[in-house]
Amino acid sequence: MIVGTAFRDPQRNIVVFRNRLTFAVVAILAAFAILLGRLSWLQVVQREYYHTLAEQNRISVVPVVPNRGIILDRNGEVLAANYSAYTLEITPSRVANVDRAIDELATVIDVQPRDRRRFRKLQEESKNFESLPIKTRLTEEEVARFAVNRFRFPGFEIKARVFRSYPQGELASHAIGYIGRINDADVKRIESLGRTTNYKGTDHIGKLGIEGAYEEELHGATGSEKVEIDAGGRAIRSLGRSEPQSGDNLVVTLDLKLQRVAEEAFQEYRGALVALDPKTGEVLALVSRPGFDPNLFVDGIDPVNWEALNNSPDKPLNNRALRGQYPPGSTIKPFMALAALESKKRSPEFTISDPGYFTLAGVAHRYRDWKKEGHGSVNMHKSIVISCDTYYYGLAVDMGIDTIHDFLTRVGFGAKTGIDIEGELQGLAPSQEWKWQRFRQKWFTGDTVSVGIGQGYLLATPVQLAAAVATLANGGTPVHPRLLKGVQDGRTHEVRDVPARNGQSLGIKPENLKLITAAMVDVTRPGGTAARASQGATYAIAAKTGTAQVIAMKQDQKYDEKRVKEQFRDHALFIAYAPADDPKLAMAILVENGGHGGDTAAPIARQVFDYYLLGKMAERKPKLEPRDDEEND
Amino acid sequence: MISRLFEKIVGRIDGPLMAALALTLALGLTVVYSAGGASLDRVAGQARNLAVALLALWLFAHVPPQLLMRLALPTYLAGLALLVGVALFGEVRNGARRWLSLGFTTIQPSEVMKIGVPLVLAWYFHRREEALRMRDFAVAALLLAIPVGLIARQPDLGTALLIFASGFFVIFLAGLSWKVLVSLVAGGAASLPFIWSVMHDYQRRRILTLLDPMEDPLGAGYHIIQSTIAIGSGGVLGKGWLNGTQAQLDFVPERSTDFILAVFGEEFGLAGNVVLIVLYLLIIGRGLMIAANASTVFARLAAGAITLTFFTYAFVNMGMVSGILPVVGVPLPMVSYGGTALLSILAGFGILMSISTHKQLVSS
Repeated sequence: MIVGTAFRDPQRNIVVFRNRLTFAVVAILAAFAILLGRLSWLQVVQREYYHTLAEQNRISVVPVVPNRGIILDRNGEVLAANYSAYTLEITPSRVANVDRAIDELATVIDVQPRDRRRFRKLQEESKNFESLPIKTRLTEEEVARFAVNRFRFPGFEIKARVFRSYPQGELASHAIGYIGRINDADVKRIESLGRTTNYKGTDHIGKLGIEGAYEEELHGATGSEKVEIDAGGRAIRSLGRSEPQSGDNLVVTLDLKLQRVAEEAFQEYRGALVALDPKTGEVLALVSRPGFDPNLFVDGIDPVNWEALNNSPDKPLNNRALRGQYPPGSTIKPFMALAALESKKRSPEFTISDPGYFTLAGVAHRYRDWKKEGHGSVNMHKSIVISCDTYYYGLAVDMGIDTIHDFLTRVGFGAKTGIDIEGELQGLAPSQEWKWQRFRQKWFTGDTVSVGIGQGYLLATPVQLAAAVATLANGGTPVHPRLLKGVQDGRTHEVRDVPARNGQSLGIKPENLKLITAAMVDVTRPGGTAARASQGATYAIAAKTGTAQVIAMKQDQKYDEKRVKEQFRDHALFIAYAPADDPKLAMAILVENGGHGGDTAAPIARQVFDYYLLGKMAERKPKLEPRDDEEND
Repeated sequence: MISRLFEKIVGRIDGPLMAALALTLALGLTVVYSAGGASLDRVAGQARNLAVALLALWLFAHVPPQLLMRLALPTYLAGLALLVGVALFGEVRNGARRWLSLGFTTIQPSEVMKIGVPLVLAWYFHRREEALRMRDFAVAALLLAIPVGLIARQPDLGTALLIFASGFFVIFLAGLSWKVLVSLVAGGAASLPFIWSVMHDYQRRRILTLLDPMEDPLGAGYHIIQSTIAIGSGGVLGKGWLNGTQAQLDFVPERSTDFILAVFGEEFGLAGNVVLIVLYLLIIGRGLMIAANASTVFARLAAGAITLTFFTYAFVNMGMVSGILPVVGVPLPMVSYGGTALLSILAGFGILMSISTHKQLVSS
């Protein structure tokens, strides 16, 4: 017990105590020295680093979304506009039970089943921390009611947002298109264009039509605002702002009044109409019936409406004017005739005697004319006026498919017209080469016979037909239809017109064109296939009727006597321009299951011409009704 | 007459120590105002806490050391009874059983032990002064181990460590031989894996977080990352009072209480930190002087342990907020918002003043 005895002396105890205190002092000084070293490291050596981190914590750069450009028709009528409204949005990650919270919300403001469906769809498509609208366009009263109760709804927020509206509803919906929420495919496209930064804060993007094609012009440049935020991410104050640059306003070539006349002229029929200025290629009306209300898409379409649009047998979302590929039927005849004149396979005087059918040498099969007993003696002029099939069977065979292909390609068949909105299909101008590539089969002369009257493999879209007829109307220069007329700068409000970009003249002989025009004018005169629809017109219309056979019914279509009958009915076609001596308007019309072109399609053309050329509406709207008793084509 | 009254009031107050305390407390209120979002409510609340704590200081300064020594064992035993009570009937809050309901109020008995443990050990060594043996150190260790063990089980590791420190300081100052100390340290180091294995998950996480805060920057690492950003971004001179972005925009968690040093360091910079450390050093220095000059074993050991415990508070908190020690719930003494810690610290300084002034009376 050496230790024990060592502490007996109190004096020694004090010495030990003081030694221990001294040791403690040294330890304390050392500890504070370490602390000071650490603080100096943080506050002197690493100061810049931590300063940067603190600034990053505190400063957030918030994108300021530019106003989307508005869309106007050529007369300044608004086709697409913006308006501000309140939306109620939910950040799902901040709400424990979203469904129950929405139920509770429904006791405060009106929540429609449609709102819930749309929200659920958005929720599936987006990330949990994104703010998604449960209800858009709140009334002032709803905003107030929510504000009073907002403490009950954490994760819900009222936001002022800019909405797109399409005041014309269904009118010209296929040309204008619509905007919708940005989806994954859009994100990829934006990335590939290197425009990701410009889309920070943007929720919507143009999907179709003008909205889709001119997205870049309409969107504008995103600005930014530096804001000071707290740890909860709430903005405390603004530290600086770079203003966004609004998107350009677009003036489109459409004449909305003309568009309305054209759409109404279709009545209940499905179909398409493309009306062009034959000199410039400007699209004055672009109809695809039925249309749809683009406003449905703006806040994200709800599943029920989407199903209805997508599964409708009438296919309202399909832009028939650009994507409908139909056999052009007899509307191809003026082009066939012109091809024959140009290739010198026919002279205007060449006359056949039509027995009502055509046969190929050594083949028993009879290619029938639409008129059983035949048209008698037929020259080129008459072949167009009365639409003689037999004449064109022989003409096509004499030219051969490759000559036909070459000419049709020159006037724009078989290739996209290059109209400035997306989705156009290219139709089909067949050739020997094409058939071999496609089917590994030889071209038969019999194939050529059908092509002669616009059937067989030949397919054209309404916009192709319109461009082709405009080429006839303007003296043989191919036109590229376009919808954009001018761009109004978002900042300076200066309107810059988009120049026409027509091709070079095809060099068609004027006397040949004159001959075709004369025949087409007689189509609309007594004795012609479109005489009835043109009765009393004070201007000359050059036109050609057509009928395209509907070949087969698809298996999945339900049996409905009335409907089946209608679905088997031929498509009616009509191409025309007027006034014939100085064409102002060229158009192609397709009426699905409309029967003969002269009965349903031609009256539509008449109303459009009357309105455009005379500025008057047709006094009585003719009832569009195919008459099965009368056979003319 | 008036000077007699003044003498009566401040006669037991140690001038130099009080001056240093006053400066530190004033600094503390300034920072609390800023950390509370420039709200006077917080300052008013802290001023009330301060009034109570200063009253305690004044009262303890008037309790003669001899009386304190007599009260040491009963206080300790009462504290122990309360701790057992907590273990048996205590209220669970935030996953820890720390509070005991007395019907009219709830108390945290571990706070009693912050004073009770060093006093009882000082009392014990005082009694054994004439015949101090190795065995006495073992008894002292047991007196220390029981309350520390009970508190650590609550679990409240921070408080247990601080109470352990206060008791250890008594034993250390009483003269536990270096050989034993060194072998204890070696033994402690050897048993680290065992300690690790009995630690709670959250305690282990705090230590791992210290080693690598970025492991979990929004969870366990968040406190320490944000507080080092605050301190580091303050630079040499600080961003200015009420201008700390980390503090004012809520990035620093618990900025009025345990992490108030981050607010102070951000707004007053390294210069402010140096001032604070100097004030602490003055207080500690004065405390150690009082201990060195105390006339009895009890007074020496109590004064020394109280002072060293105060140092421990300051160092552990500053080390934790600046990221060199794990996060334990220790406030920055006399600066952090809160009444309990302030009360026990100022009561401790009251004891120091009593030791300081009563000795002078005896010697004169």
